[in-house]
Amino acid sequence: MDEMDSISTYNEPATESVTTPRDEIIVTDKVPTAMEARNVNVWFNDHHVLENVNLIFPKNSVTALIGPSGCGKSSFIRTLNRMHELLPGAKLGGEVILDGEDIYAPGTDPVGIRLKVGMVFQKPNPFPSMSIGENVLSGLRLSRRKVSNKSDILEEALTNAGLWKEVKDRLNVSAGSLSGGQQQRLCIARSLVLNPDILLMDEPCSALDPGSTRKIEETMMELKESMTIIIVTHNMQQALRVSDYTAFFLAEDGNPGEVVESGLTVELFHNPRDSRTDDYVHGRFG
Amino acid sequence: MSKVQRGTRPWRSIDSTVLLQQLFVHLGTPILAMFVTINSGISGYSGFLLVWFFLHLVTASLLGKLGKKKKAVSDSVFEVLSSAAVLVFILFVLSVLQPVFQLGLENFQVHHLFEDAKDTGVDTSLDIGGLGHALLGTLLTVGLATLFSLPIGVLAALYVTEVRGILTPFVRFFVQAMSGVPSIIAGLFAYAVFIASGILTYSGFVAAIALSILMLPTVARTAEEVLKLVPDDLRSAALALGGTQWRSVRMVVLPAARSGLVTAAILGVARVIGETAPLLLTAFGNREYNLNPLEGPIATLPTYIFQQFLLGTENDVRRAWVAAFVLLVLVSIVFSIARLISSRFKQA
Repeated sequence: MDEMDSISTYNEPATESVTTPRDEIIVTDKVPTAMEARNVNVWFNDHHVLENVNLIFPKNSVTALIGPSGCGKSSFIRTLNRMHELLPGAKLGGEVILDGEDIYAPGTDPVGIRLKVGMVFQKPNPFPSMSIGENVLSGLRLSRRKVSNKSDILEEALTNAGLWKEVKDRLNVSAGSLSGGQQQRLCIARSLVLNPDILLMDEPCSALDPGSTRKIEETMMELKESMTIIIVTHNMQQALRVSDYTAFFLAEDGNPGEVVESGLTVELFHNPRDSRTDDYVHGRFG
Repeated sequence: MSKVQRGTRPWRSIDSTVLLQQLFVHLGTPILAMFVTINSGISGYSGFLLVWFFLHLVTASLLGKLGKKKKAVSDSVFEVLSSAAVLVFILFVLSVLQPVFQLGLENFQVHHLFEDAKDTGVDTSLDIGGLGHALLGTLLTVGLATLFSLPIGVLAALYVTEVRGILTPFVRFFVQAMSGVPSIIAGLFAYAVFIASGILTYSGFVAAIALSILMLPTVARTAEEVLKLVPDDLRSAALALGGTQWRSVRMVVLPAARSGLVTAAILGVARVIGETAPLLLTAFGNREYNLNPLEGPIATLPTYIFQQFLLGTENDVRRAWVAAFVLLVLVSIVFSIARLISSRFKQA
């Protein structure tokens, strides 16, 4: 319960259901912030898909974004490393604060943001024209970073992604020869090479079998020692297993998606303030 | 006691009466057709083929009726019609290939590939001279045309698939419109701009310009299709790893589409390698080797064939057949390479 005590407002039961002024993960001064979303709104052309998302992502933690399909979780996670703007018709409102500055401030280089905020996608997507080793180091070439100790970096990234033992003897083989789970861990290793402060994972295990999923979850637990992880997942059990904090997204009756409730994962799952959260985490809809 | 099972194909088994009926129809109809042809005074092979075709429609329908299935009649008629279409198609191809291969091989001598025609006059024996100058000219002009149209075509395709700028629909429209440009117009354009204006003489360079106008739409459209096959996931991954758009395209998108792009180039080559009209206006033709594509008329296989046929003497017409044969072999080599590469691309 020590951990719970350090979180100021969580033990207070919600007196009136949804009247918190800002839906956000509230943390004390003891836990520094890695990233903060302030009033993030997302549109595609005139279609408002996400409204006023306020979330704080504490450092060295795993935050899970859960919610039914179409509630805007994936759109939201793409706003955090400026991938959102690459989609046709994309519009944005609000701010995303990283290192005290809005990543959407005029003059900010999106490439620099993506180097600090890495991303792992739903489907494993290793580059087919490159070998395993080249794939891991591809970020260095793509971002034109010169390094002297390539082999050390290669081994470190693969080790941290839990793949080194399996591939160390075939680094020159095409990445297509790996299994789906290995490919996904290769993609994680590829992101780690750039040493990001934050790693975004958009349903990284949805295409994988339980064994591979477990390995990736173990990897995440080790990675959070050195970075902040934000993961979109449809798997409630996974959110419960890996995340420290959870935000529940919901889009109701054609309204834009919003954060219904956010907070410590254990709180949100076992003692939700909002009845909709209760229904969703217990599988009564979605 | 369980019996040891043996694998069979129950869906294929035909009972013996059906087999007999089919045998009777497929063997009997041509015999019947022959009989009808001879007795009715319709003459020749073509008459026989026509009678056979119509008779087969009738007998096949009857066969279908015998099976007592309503659908079977239309099925057998459809089968006969489509088989006939395939037969006609094969007949076309063979009748094009047959004389080229027969006359070409009959008259072909290996030295033809290396010698030029400067010592051959009208009706000179085929033991002297050859078409090496035309073969080299074709390789030079088509090679140059590829050099011009491949980068432009691929960049245009990249504009459509990667940059997706506001001009995208226009680029698509113009590429499509260009593929309808008659080749003689492309030749006239190059002639008017470079030769009639006095900037250049007849040359391989101007010919290559004319050919690249014809190649460009093929290359651009094929390249676009191939680039569209590259999954968007790879582009996202490259950008998420801090790549600029150009570096992502160069390091990830283009390598992923590499063999498809080679196919695009080869299809472009195949499009223009047999073009004659634009070359008559731009390369003109030559009796000897011209290694300089920037200056002076240059021979190519199509113009060589055209000019030898125009001469009309027995030996010159034979030379034309030899050149046609060489051109056909060249085209089939190019196409085989394209198919080989594109089949490897699909596996990857």
